[in-house]
Parts: sequence; C-alpha cells; structure tokens
Amino acid sequence: MRPDLEIIQQWIEPGSKVLDLGCGDGSLLHYLRTSKNVHGIGLEIDPENIQRCIGNGINVIEQNMDRGLSNFQSNSFNTVLLTQTLQALSKPDVLIDEMLRIGEKGIITFPNFGNWKSRLYLSSKGRMPVSKFMPHAWYNTPNIHFCTVKDFDALCREKNIKVLTRTVVDLEHQGSWYMKAWPNLLGEIAIYHITKETAE
Amino acid sequence: MSDSFPTNSVGLVTPQVHHFDDPLTLRSGKVLPAYDLVVETYGTLNSARTNAILICHALSGDHHSAGFHSPDDKKPGWWDACIGPGKAIDTTLFFVVNLNNLGGCAGSTGPASINPETEKFYGPDFPVVTVRDWVNSQARLMDRLEIPKWAAVVGGSLGGMQVLRWAISYPERLDHAICIAAAPKLSAQNIAFNEVARRSITSDSNFHAGRYLELGTYPKQGLMLARMIGHITYLSDSAMRAKFSKAVSDYKRDSSENSGRDLSTGKLSFGFDVDFQVESYLHYQGERFSKNFDANTYLLMTKALDYFDPSVDFEGDLAKAFENSPCKFFLMSFSTDWRFPPERSRELVTDLLKAGREVSYLEIEADQGHDAFLIAIPRYVDALSTYLTRVHKELEVNAT
Repeated sequence: MRPDLEIIQQWIEPGSKVLDLGCGDGSLLHYLRTSKNVHGIGLEIDPENIQRCIGNGINVIEQNMDRGLSNFQSNSFNTVLLTQTLQALSKPDVLIDEMLRIGEKGIITFPNFGNWKSRLYLSSKGRMPVSKFMPHAWYNTPNIHFCTVKDFDALCREKNIKVLTRTVVDLEHQGSWYMKAWPNLLGEIAIYHITKETAE
Repeated sequence: MSDSFPTNSVGLVTPQVHHFDDPLTLRSGKVLPAYDLVVETYGTLNSARTNAILICHALSGDHHSAGFHSPDDKKPGWWDACIGPGKAIDTTLFFVVNLNNLGGCAGSTGPASINPETEKFYGPDFPVVTVRDWVNSQARLMDRLEIPKWAAVVGGSLGGMQVLRWAISYPERLDHAICIAAAPKLSAQNIAFNEVARRSITSDSNFHAGRYLELGTYPKQGLMLARMIGHITYLSDSAMRAKFSKAVSDYKRDSSENSGRDLSTGKLSFGFDVDFQVESYLHYQGERFSKNFDANTYLLMTKALDYFDPSVDFEGDLAKAFENSPCKFFLMSFSTDWRFPPERSRELVTDLLKAGREVSYLEIEADQGHDAFLIAIPRYVDALSTYLTRVHKELEVNAT
C-alpha cells in the first residue's frame, strides 16, 4: 500500500462507510474492507483502474468529480477520502465543501508546494519546479491548483473547517520532529483529517 | 455436427417448453389461467444450485441467446457475443437460463398462441403484460428449475428493467443485479417513438384490429415501419455514418467522408425510390423483422416498456423501491446511446446510492448507440467478464 494510505487508514473506524474520490485501483478500499469491514465506494475515471476495482470486488462508480458530486446524499458517509487529487481539480474549494456535505469527516492528501525543494527550484532557476515527484511541465500538467500547507490552513480557517489532525511526510512518507516543527518547509506530502466546525 | 461450431460457442442447443397451470394474476388485474414458457439453458447447474444466471431479453429478443438451433443456422443466438464457454457470461462456470417472455412470439404463450377457451389465436385478446408480470413468471420458472437464488440476473435495455424489477420484487432471490443500457422509466421521447411504431402497425389495413392471424395475413408494412423507426433509435448518428460511408458519393468522388450517404445504385434516381444505402438497409431490416415477429407482440412489448416505472408504488421515489434490496448492483451505459443514454443510468445510480445500495457503474465509450449492449466491445465485455468472475469466486468462497 502507498505509505500515505498507510497513515490515513488508521483514522478510519471499523465498520464505517467510506467514499474514496479518485480511488485508483481500489487497493485502499480493498484493504479497509478486509481489515476493518469498511463499506466503501470509489469514484474513478481511469478505465484500467476501474477494471482493477471490479476485479478486486470494489464498488466503483465511473464519475468525473469535476462534474460535481450532487448524486451523493448529504451525510451519507462517515469519511470521504481525497488522496493526491486535490491539485488536479478544477474547483478544489467547492469539492472540499462537497466532501464535508457528504461525509462527517474528510481526509485530504496533497503535494506541498511550499516544500523547500520547490522553493529552491523556483528561486534558483526561476522556472516552475519539475521533479521526479512533480514530473510534468507547466503546460501539460494535470496539477492545476498547487497549494502549500499554509495555503490549505488558511482555506480551512476561511471555511470554518476544523483540522482534526495534520501530518506532513516526505516522499518515503516518513515523519520526523523537524517536519512537525517546519511542516510547510520540510513536508513533501500533507495529510489532513478534517471535519465541519460545529458551533459550540 | 457440433464440430463445425466455434469452440467458444455453446454449440447446438434445444429449447424446452415448461407448462404452468397456476393462474397468473397480472398487474392489469386480468388473470392468465395457464401458459407455456419456452426456455433454453446453457452450462451445468452445480450441486449446491448456486451458479444460475437468468438472462432477461429486450424488445425483440427471446430464449435463444446463444448457440445454434441447427448446424445450418447462419446466425447464433442474440447475445452469443457474451454467452458461451470462456465468454463474459461463461457457461463453463455458470448455468445460464433464458426464456421467451410471456406475450412473446418465439414459443411462450402470447398473442400468436391459441387461446384454449376459444381455440382461436389470442390476437388482441391476449392481456397486456408488464415487466412485473414477466418477473413473476420468471420466478415461477425459477421454482420449477429448483433454483433457490440467482447468482445474477442480467439484462440490457428492456431486459435491464426486468433486472431492476427482480431486485425490487424478489430482493432475497438474487445476489447480483446486472443492468445494462437501461433507464428507470421511459421519457416522453421514448414513449413517442413507441407510439409511432404502434400506430404504424395498427393503421396497416392488414392489421384487422389485431385478428390478422385468423384471416391468414399480417400487417407487414406496419411492422416494417415500426422496426425501421425502432432501428434508427438503436443506432447512433456516428454508427450510421460509419456504416454507410464505405463508398465515395456522387459529389465527393475523392473522399470516403460522405456522412454515411453511400448511394444504393451509384447515382441519384431523381425519383422517390431508394437512393441511399441507409434506406435499403432499413427496408431490409424491416422486411426481415416483419417475417419473424408478431405484430401484436410488438405492441405488447412496447407497452411493457412504456408502463415500466417501479417508483409508482413508492410515491415516485425510486430510491425507496431499492431500500430492501440487499443484492449488489452493476450498471453500464454507452456513450452514444440516445435511447437510454448514460444520464438515465446515472439517475439509477443516484437512486441506488440514496437507497444505500452497493453499486458499481461504468460508462463505456462506444459508437454503436443503444445496440452496443449486444456487441462485443472490449471494455464492456472485459468488465462484464471480470465482474462475473468475481461473482463466481464469491460462490466458491461461500461454499467453503
């Protein structure tokens, strides 16, 4: 399993209902079903991934998130997942609202553009960062909405979204005390567990 | 003899007739005192009787979905692309049950059968049957075959509607509902096309208020027209363009891009006869169909389509209809299908999700329009095959 998935699976309650937006080949939902008896549904648009989901016995719906999620009822899932897809959405802020309408909690992971490597690349070369991690050129990248940990924190404040847990990891998905101290500088992948702010 | 059939064909098959004496009360309130269902089965029922799949046919289909009735048959059954040894619906894994629905004209009791009370053809006296009635009769067949539960019920188009009805009427008697290129109910446009087809038939001077068989005739022109208009709705614009773009046209001799305007004889006639290939194709299709299909059955099948709307028993809320259906749902639609386009399947998915059901849904890119569900389109067939392989694995797991 992808290491960021290893981290987030710990936040999912046994027997709960999970909607995985951009579920890939369904390996996380498959793991959650076999190890935690989770009832999952995945959304995916890649035909090969969809085929693998079917083979894995995962409920998968071919649907483009950019066309909205209005076919999902409010509060119909415990957790809605969005892993490594936020930056490729046309309206990421709207989708986050939708995630928290449909689910009690949301889990979002994204590449942190505030990482020192991106900063160094841009400041030294003066060009959009291209790396093994972000291999696309600016004109053909599917990643059209990059953000940093600080940007995401600000969006959560604006939207009154409560951050239950925020973790950053490097590409090997190892966390460390210094990443906790300077997440926006050192973290390569940000992992957020969020929920609606309740009026207390 | 069967040596001459392809190795992935079920080969030579023989239909069987099952007679039922228990009166069947129909949705209309009318009662069918007794009836026959003609049935074909492929593959072997396992000892636990768990590996049976029911195939539900669409408007012009019947019990003969795969294989050949005689070594001289030019064409196999209507869904031979998907049913056979090693095919998507694998007859080495599953026991596949097919029937001709009530009101049909391929051997089950219908308008072209003899009414035992009058000893004449039923004709227009055959009661209007609905999808619900078909599913009730299929459940009786299931009991007759001593099948406690279907591993899956599978159908496309009107067949897909029967699949949905199974999930609602007999939720405990199927594990998987596989519904292809269907809709929760017909749209006004769908009904409009059906009405044009019906009017074509009933306004034919040989229709004789439906009693044409007694008079030794049939409404050939009407049935032809009905089939022609139906056929247009089964194909997509792109499929028709592709089908009739093989030759260059009279005005664009250097190009094969002629929007499907292939000429029938190579030049315009400046008359009102057939000029274009598409016209002769439709005439051929209509002609062939009219020889093999009963006009009253056509009327009846289109009415069954028009009347289908399981939400009527649930205050118009289809999600409520599925609330007590524990089976798993698998839906597919085709991009160029304009009879039951993908948004109609998406409506179903929305209601199934609302009902909290387990559902998978695929939107297959295909040029062939509504007819795509009958064609071996790789992604479609692979998905169906993979899904059913998983269904079979579940059977094995449950057996241990």
